[in-house]
Amino acid sequence: MPASSSPIAGDGTSALIDLAAALEERFGIEIAKGPANGGFVFTLSLFKPSLLPALCKFMFWEHGCLFGGITAEEQAARWEMHYAFLLPGAGWIDVELSLPIETTSLPSIVAEVHAADWHEREIEDMFGIRFENHPRLGDFILHDQIWREGIEPMRKSFAAGRPPLEHKVDREWQPLLIVGDPGSFAMPVGPVYEGGIGESLHFLLETVGEDVIRAVPRLFYKYRAVEKIAEGRTILDALLLAERFAATSAFAHSLAFCQAVERIGAVEVPRRAAALRVLLAELERMRHHAGAITAICESTALAVSSAQVAIIEENLLRASCVFARHRYLFGLNTPGGLNCEFGLEQCKELLVAVDKAESDLRLLEKRLRFSSSFLDRLEDVGAVTGESARDLNLVGPVGRASAQNCDLRKACPYSGYGRYAFEVPSETEGDGYARLRVLFAEATQSAKLMHQVCAALEEGPVRVSCQVQRAGAALGWTEAPRGAALHWLRVSDEGIVERYRAVTPSFNNWLGFHVAAEDFAFQDFPIILATFGLSATECDR
Amino acid sequence: MSFWFWHGLRKGIQTTRYPERAENTPGVSPGRPVNTDFSTDEAAQLAAEICPTDAIVAHGKSTYVNHGKCVHCQLCRYSLRSPMNWEPGYEWSRIPTNQAEAAPLPSAFAKSMHIMVVDAGDCGACLHEVKQLNNPLYNMHRLGLFLTATPRTADVLLVVGPVSENMRGPLLKTWEAMPTSRKVIAVGTCAISGGVFGKSFMCACGVGAVLPVDFEVPGNPPPPLAILHGLLAVAGRKSLKTPTSISEGRL
Ligand code: SF4
Repeated sequence: MPASSSPIAGDGTSALIDLAAALEERFGIEIAKGPANGGFVFTLSLFKPSLLPALCKFMFWEHGCLFGGITAEEQAARWEMHYAFLLPGAGWIDVELSLPIETTSLPSIVAEVHAADWHEREIEDMFGIRFENHPRLGDFILHDQIWREGIEPMRKSFAAGRPPLEHKVDREWQPLLIVGDPGSFAMPVGPVYEGGIGESLHFLLETVGEDVIRAVPRLFYKYRAVEKIAEGRTILDALLLAERFAATSAFAHSLAFCQAVERIGAVEVPRRAAALRVLLAELERMRHHAGAITAICESTALAVSSAQVAIIEENLLRASCVFARHRYLFGLNTPGGLNCEFGLEQCKELLVAVDKAESDLRLLEKRLRFSSSFLDRLEDVGAVTGESARDLNLVGPVGRASAQNCDLRKACPYSGYGRYAFEVPSETEGDGYARLRVLFAEATQSAKLMHQVCAALEEGPVRVSCQVQRAGAALGWTEAPRGAALHWLRVSDEGIVERYRAVTPSFNNWLGFHVAAEDFAFQDFPIILATFGLSATECDR
Repeated sequence: MSFWFWHGLRKGIQTTRYPERAENTPGVSPGRPVNTDFSTDEAAQLAAEICPTDAIVAHGKSTYVNHGKCVHCQLCRYSLRSPMNWEPGYEWSRIPTNQAEAAPLPSAFAKSMHIMVVDAGDCGACLHEVKQLNNPLYNMHRLGLFLTATPRTADVLLVVGPVSENMRGPLLKTWEAMPTSRKVIAVGTCAISGGVFGKSFMCACGVGAVLPVDFEVPGNPPPPLAILHGLLAVAGRKSLKTPTSISEGRL
């Protein structure tokens, strides 16, 4: 399938009409007419689970939809499954499936849509629904060496507050290895790294000596069951969780969460608040990218460059702190807008810092381009072809470095992104160097966006009251620094969270990491890891 | 390639003078809410009620902040008619309530201390701030503070995160592998009290529930200088007073 099958934007309405007609013809099902929950979400109710694989294949491969994830819900004696697809330019298509609670298995769509792999594994692990013909279930979030079988924590009958369970530590437990040649062995790395400061996750580097055949990440050491403990909390308390499960992209996630709440409450955010949200989101993106570039420079051991970009990053952290009184932009988003007002002088001061950082970054990029020893270590390292990236639905800068140029800010604009002119940089090589270039180019675009926001900032309130007085569910989405983030929220009429699901870009992209980490030399491992720039905490939740 | 060397030199020294001098560059710390006296009992009560993690306790017209629980949600700044007072600064580290007095490492470690960092489920912020200590603006090496490659040679265990269930084992193994003169420092509100994650089947509600903790650095996340202050306290180069009353932070 050519990479161009995922256009950034096109004539969304006609694409939707085409899809609706094709679906009627092929499957005899209709897309619900109006947007169900406000803004760009269309529902498609499926009554026969057996149609699922063919339907998903049709949407993903034949209609160029992007896969958004699977959400399972236990709703008053029914299972509700949501398969989200994005039709770029038109909106989200939510394929709904309602099943009796006795259902214990569903057809797997992994053979058709590889990107669904981890979603199905997670649902099997946490809800106990099996997916027929899935190649590998079990041992995912609940690590097999400590968790007993038969625990289904996401079921409503499971109390989140119960004390940690009696574990059965299984010392005989062995990871599943794939390379079976004589003399091959697996080198474990993590979860506690030797030296340096890394997030807790584990890799098995399967090797026959010098070269690593494949590197398999094992995540969820940091799983804090955010989705489970959010249930039963008030919206504001759940917002604290949405903001704090992945701090390096805190603003993007809290924004997606707030947008879901605002859709349920049918509240329109004032234009000033929407614009300031864009400003803050782009500030976060720029700071995140500076951090990601630092990590790449560090991984190649080019000490001076990593020191210099680390200074840029710290300066952006300080600028965020001066501007928003928190280095990681906590405590700003609230359903209905922002918690505080920002004056014009403040914005101008911020732009000075942003411009400085942007020009420093460009200078650094220029110098790096002339450092052959640096380029040698990035070029052709960890390459992901456009086909694999499409196949695995890679998102964010990682996807865009492999010609997957989807960006939710364009493909399904939110918070008034449609009002600004900016580009979505993309590359085709898909190697480490391409990913680095995308990061630099995106930082420049972010600075450009911040200028536009400040120049066109309207007067008005930054917040409207957003009281949720009716039960409902909605989707919120943002293009987080690492890629598309989806937050699905269902609340009761008293404003209590009943189901919260966060599909994060890191969760999405970790699945594809192994494609970049095949047949490589040991010393390239940190570089591949750094150019992917993924976060364990954002994946684990 | 030699041009990097030249560009490095040209930047000059950027490193903070802390701890010899206070560092006051704007943005090094987000500050924090402090004990506040209100004009009415109701105002104090409202402040206590708005705090999502019960970090604010009201006594008559006064309020006291337990920074080990504050998650920096800023509600007590933005959403109250009479807001709490906030203070700048970063010298925040403290001794856990169950310790009678500060017990730093012996003086032999004062100028050379090796730190093992374990991420026990943090949100990325605390870990990121620890990482900042290695950048040239903070450069903790100049103070004889080093990250170490193995628990066998580590003097201090620095833990971030509320201790997720899947990390409990690796954390304990790391601690057991260290020499027994080890000190444990819990960095961040989550590591102290579980923060927003609280106690659940997947979360241990802080490092104290798993290991004996010697020092705490409150903050969500604590800025790099606050963590540096905590590490200097472990090395015995900053002395900490045991709080004796609720207004000093005794819980
Ligand atoms: S900032 Fe938030 S958590 Fe901290 S004391 Fe104020 S209300 Fe409580």
